[in-house]
Amino acid sequence: MYSVRLFSVRRSRYMEVFYQRFENALVKLAPLLKRIGYDRLEKPVAAFERGVKGLLFDCQMCGQCALSSTGMSCSMNCPKNLRNGPCGGVRANGHCEVKPEMKCVWVQAWEGSQRMSGGMAILEVQKPVDNRLKGHSSWLKVVREKTEPPEEKPAKPAAKPSAKAAAL
Amino acid sequence: MPDVTSSAVAGIRSVNLTSSSRLESLLRAGTFVMTAETSPPDGASAHSVLGRSGCLKGYADAVNVTDGAGAKAHMSALAAAAILVRDGIEPVLQFTVRDRNRLALQGDLIGAAALGIHNVLCLHGDDPKNGDQPATKAVYDIDSRSLMTTARHLRNEGKLPSGRAIDPAPRLFIGAADSPHDPKPDWLPTGLAAKADAGADFIQTQYSFDLAMLRRYLARLGDHGLLSRLFVIVGIGPLASARSARWMNKNLFGVHIPESIVARLDQASDQRAEGRKICVELLQELSEIKGVAGAHLMAPRQEQAIAEAIAESGLLKKREAA
Repeated sequence: MYSVRLFSVRRSRYMEVFYQRFENALVKLAPLLKRIGYDRLEKPVAAFERGVKGLLFDCQMCGQCALSSTGMSCSMNCPKNLRNGPCGGVRANGHCEVKPEMKCVWVQAWEGSQRMSGGMAILEVQKPVDNRLKGHSSWLKVVREKTEPPEEKPAKPAAKPSAKAAAL
Repeated sequence: MPDVTSSAVAGIRSVNLTSSSRLESLLRAGTFVMTAETSPPDGASAHSVLGRSGCLKGYADAVNVTDGAGAKAHMSALAAAAILVRDGIEPVLQFTVRDRNRLALQGDLIGAAALGIHNVLCLHGDDPKNGDQPATKAVYDIDSRSLMTTARHLRNEGKLPSGRAIDPAPRLFIGAADSPHDPKPDWLPTGLAAKADAGADFIQTQYSFDLAMLRRYLARLGDHGLLSRLFVIVGIGPLASARSARWMNKNLFGVHIPESIVARLDQASDQRAEGRKICVELLQELSEIKGVAGAHLMAPRQEQAIAEAIAESGLLKKREAA
């Protein structure tokens, strides 16, 4: 809901503190979550995450949450889906070019970030969206990233030394 | 087999040319055409395009340029097709609706015609999940049939879907893809009819090495009047080996290479040469089948083998003599 979304950005500092505690707790629960099985948890957790973040942030479930880097303003609500905004169309009153009745998501993001202790993360460039993650739980993804070693890519077989290299 | 085609084919042949395409004029004149397929290179130079497909010049009547085949990025199909035009090779520009929204597609249809590219093949496109950048967003703003309709509207009315005029209108010859199969008794070619309704002038098919099956399929198309509405260009190719034939049977949707062909490849001492010989025989046989407007030769990264098969078939000499 738009008004709740604006409220969340105004309270971005509280949201930040709450989320940090929540994330720490989740990470501590990781062994339990792993035992239950992340695949089995995916659906219910994603549904819960959709409910909570949908209410607070109008979350679009991109599956790769950046709220901590965007002042608690969800950038997927930008009509242009800009992950690194704003665009050049922000109106003089700070509203959106596409939806004039809406405050620009990225103007909001900047204001929200200034209230947060880690707010300057807004300056980090966000990677392009991985569309495979849409609809998936971002929380579980974070827990796994923080507790599991990154998946090792199959090592390429060592290239045979070429005739030229052998000659050298 | 009943002759379902001769009177019907007169229907599409009598239509005035809609494009400046040589492919179209050959087809409307009733000539058996031979098209080939090439993929844009992974290299930012015209030489890399022509190095691959230049050998088809003088052999293939038109050369299909794939559009991000396998959901991988290469040189843009539009650019590669323009380079072919510049070198005197007529392209069939493949358009997938995977990577561009309707605005980009409309712009490229107009731009293609302006660059001298008049044949367009409207396709859905492979899913990015199967490509080498699976995080990619698939666009699919419109589907391939809507693209055909858009192309026809642009050509016939000289208007964009918004109603805004495009003057001069792009002269386009519009194609669709098809996959021949053994039709069950109750099967109706509704999909193909929908493509004809949407605006397709010709179809190029998936590999179709089983000509007995193809005849049954074409008979059914004829029964439903489709051979008088669409030019059917049948997909074949020089098979590289028995192993690759088996792989295609297993992994390429809708492809059926008969066991007799696989066995012939298996027994040959030079499988590649045998594959080309089979392709030449298929070409000659296809040219005799009524309702077949031409052959579409596909062989990834083997454009030379395609050119040789066309040369060996003797069909170009036969055409000159006629």
